[in-house]
Amino acid sequence: MIPIVYNARSMMQRPVSTTFTAVGIALVVAVFIGMLALGQGLRAALARTGSDRNVIVLRKGADSELSSGIGRENARLIAASPHVAAAAGGGALLSPEVYVLIPLPRPSDSTAVANVVVRGVSDQAWSVRSNLQVIAGNRLQSGRSEVCVGRKLLGRFAHLEIGATLRFGGRDWNVVCHFSAGGSAFESEIWVENEQVMPVFRGDVFQSVTFRLKDPAAFEDAKRALEADPRLGVDVQRESVFYAGQIGILGIMLRALAIAITTIMAVGAIFGAVNTMYAAVASRTSEIAVLLTVGFRPWQVLLSFLAESALIALVGAVLGALLALPVNGIVTSTTNWSSFSEIAFSFRITPFLMLIGIAFGVVMGVVGGFFPAWQAARLRVVQALR
Amino acid sequence: MKYLHLVIANLRRHTLRTILTIASVALALFLFASLRTVLTTLHTNSQFGGARRLVSTNATGIVFVLPVSYANRIKSLRGVQSVSWANWFGGKYGENSRDFFAQFAVDPESYLGMYPEIELPPDQKEAFIRERTSAIIGKRLVDRYGWKLGQDVTIKGTIFPGDWTFTIRGIYTPTNPAIGDDVLLFHHAYLDERIGRPGIAGWFIVEIEDENNAGAIAKGIDDQFRNSSAATKTGTEQAFQASFATMLGNVSFLMGIIGTAVVFAILLVTANAMMMSARERTAEVAVMKTIGFSNRTLFGLVLAEAGFIALVGSALGLGFAKLLYPVVNFNGFGFLPGFNVTTMTMAWGALLAILLMLASGLVPAVRAARLPIVQALRRVE
Repeated sequence: MIPIVYNARSMMQRPVSTTFTAVGIALVVAVFIGMLALGQGLRAALARTGSDRNVIVLRKGADSELSSGIGRENARLIAASPHVAAAAGGGALLSPEVYVLIPLPRPSDSTAVANVVVRGVSDQAWSVRSNLQVIAGNRLQSGRSEVCVGRKLLGRFAHLEIGATLRFGGRDWNVVCHFSAGGSAFESEIWVENEQVMPVFRGDVFQSVTFRLKDPAAFEDAKRALEADPRLGVDVQRESVFYAGQIGILGIMLRALAIAITTIMAVGAIFGAVNTMYAAVASRTSEIAVLLTVGFRPWQVLLSFLAESALIALVGAVLGALLALPVNGIVTSTTNWSSFSEIAFSFRITPFLMLIGIAFGVVMGVVGGFFPAWQAARLRVVQALR
Repeated sequence: MKYLHLVIANLRRHTLRTILTIASVALALFLFASLRTVLTTLHTNSQFGGARRLVSTNATGIVFVLPVSYANRIKSLRGVQSVSWANWFGGKYGENSRDFFAQFAVDPESYLGMYPEIELPPDQKEAFIRERTSAIIGKRLVDRYGWKLGQDVTIKGTIFPGDWTFTIRGIYTPTNPAIGDDVLLFHHAYLDERIGRPGIAGWFIVEIEDENNAGAIAKGIDDQFRNSSAATKTGTEQAFQASFATMLGNVSFLMGIIGTAVVFAILLVTANAMMMSARERTAEVAVMKTIGFSNRTLFGLVLAEAGFIALVGSALGLGFAKLLYPVVNFNGFGFLPGFNVTTMTMAWGALLAILLMLASGLVPAVRAARLPIVQALRRVE
């Protein structure tokens, strides 16, 4: 086997060319990882929102909470189901919820508004969702015009600090607490007591009922029982499945964008690698002839040049992965078209994603290096040494 | 010009390298044009709006409705020519989220009267207005699903439950792409009747006599309903459209970052190719100098070579982008109707090509011009 040191030294012989090729690949890998991180962040925010142990009930045919409606009587019937877990203090571990969107002006541009979710919840909602935590202030008290604000909204909209007054639905609401929800979509919501918010908005109807399963394995039984009840007319889903599905058209768009952009960029970078490697082979014709003369097999030469190309790409890919790293955690926001609401989420770069990016870069190098390496391997010794 | 054959000969020395470099420039410019067109399309569509059309929505938020009875009160205001109303239907056709398209329940006569941008044959228009359960569709839906005139189409309601069947009586073509050619319009009266006559409208469109009075009339409408059960928020149609554009979030930032990375990556590829070519020709340049080529000519030759690559590549990339999108009728999943590369984008692309030429050719060109003959020839074996 031709030692890899030979390739490394050859790369150092033409520092500018190597650097340019590597940086070109680095940029492609950085964009690739960045775009995947965007999709990953959105998906993670939605996936974390729902729990496997919880069930969400919507009106039959509704594809989001926005289009759903469940009457008070039906909510009571659902609460009486034997599949609902019991709360610690007695009663059902269940939250009938009101879901509305309110326009909040963006501080950056007063003419632009974002549709923010106001969720009217029962006191049990805080226990039904296990990842919720009040990070500042005191919990909502029943019977008062109070709101609790999700962490991701802070700083992006005005009047959300504790003690401030927020006006929506023709009423003033006191901000009494901020909450975190493990990075989920709930962090982009404003929570209110359901009985407070119901009369202000859509009348005597909830949009969804979420409850904890008594036995997580019995989901199918619960689903069958509730969906079969002719009085209810509801669709029953695992909360996790429901929220993961809310990515809808946005997920398709992000994926299409990522694939289109990175494919085009990658082809360009591969062309760059091909040029570099052909030049490398051409300028080292006599070296290759010597290698073949001293007994290395053509396939070993092929492998050696492939390795060189892959090595350049690896350097570039690692650089690209590092270049992309600073976007990790940056919060951005968009409208989730399934629920028509604004959702904030962070770019999320996982080690797995970086690995995929680096592998992608190396593949670019191998593909780009193949034909030049092939040419090197087929070199006629006599001709080359002449 | 007399050195043209020299430039061409140099380019043909490594035909493959030249082709690949031109191809990467073409790809980069194609991507540049595409990304910039996303922004220009969003911008153009957000500017859409008849100067004499106002839109009234519920002041509490976009998801709340207004009593349809407001129409008469708005119509009686001074300066108002006509009023129409519409509802978002939110139905589903097929299970795939890719199958998404918008459906609006509208008051046919007043709505079509107010939107001359929705063009359809007069007999189809009449048939649509006459038949309560009929609908008209944009031509893209015809292409997508092969629907025909007279065909019944069933849509699943998500907000208004049940199966809704409409008979297609018209196929329209929008004269302004922002209207969207993938929309289904049906009778508001039919919706109202089936859901038990609650008399609700999602929004009102108000046509006014004089666009200069838009502000005053908008305020007049809002004052009228300030103390009603549902207060209104009225603004120009353009402001209404623009509010949707901001919902996508910071698209320009994302496109800008990617665009910069693309251009920079390709600059590296081209510059690398130029430098490799120049390095291989060191001896040759020295010989040319010896036989009397001036420094300036050699400088020009290298730059012309880089220029050729940049210009041909960008012409291919920009031209392809300009032709491709109308041919495949791209509309970005319905979010980017009227996606078309603008002349301004082409001009920016051309400017970019010139910068690319200078950035990739300048260093090798200067080197060629400054090359000391003796030193260079010493390397010749």
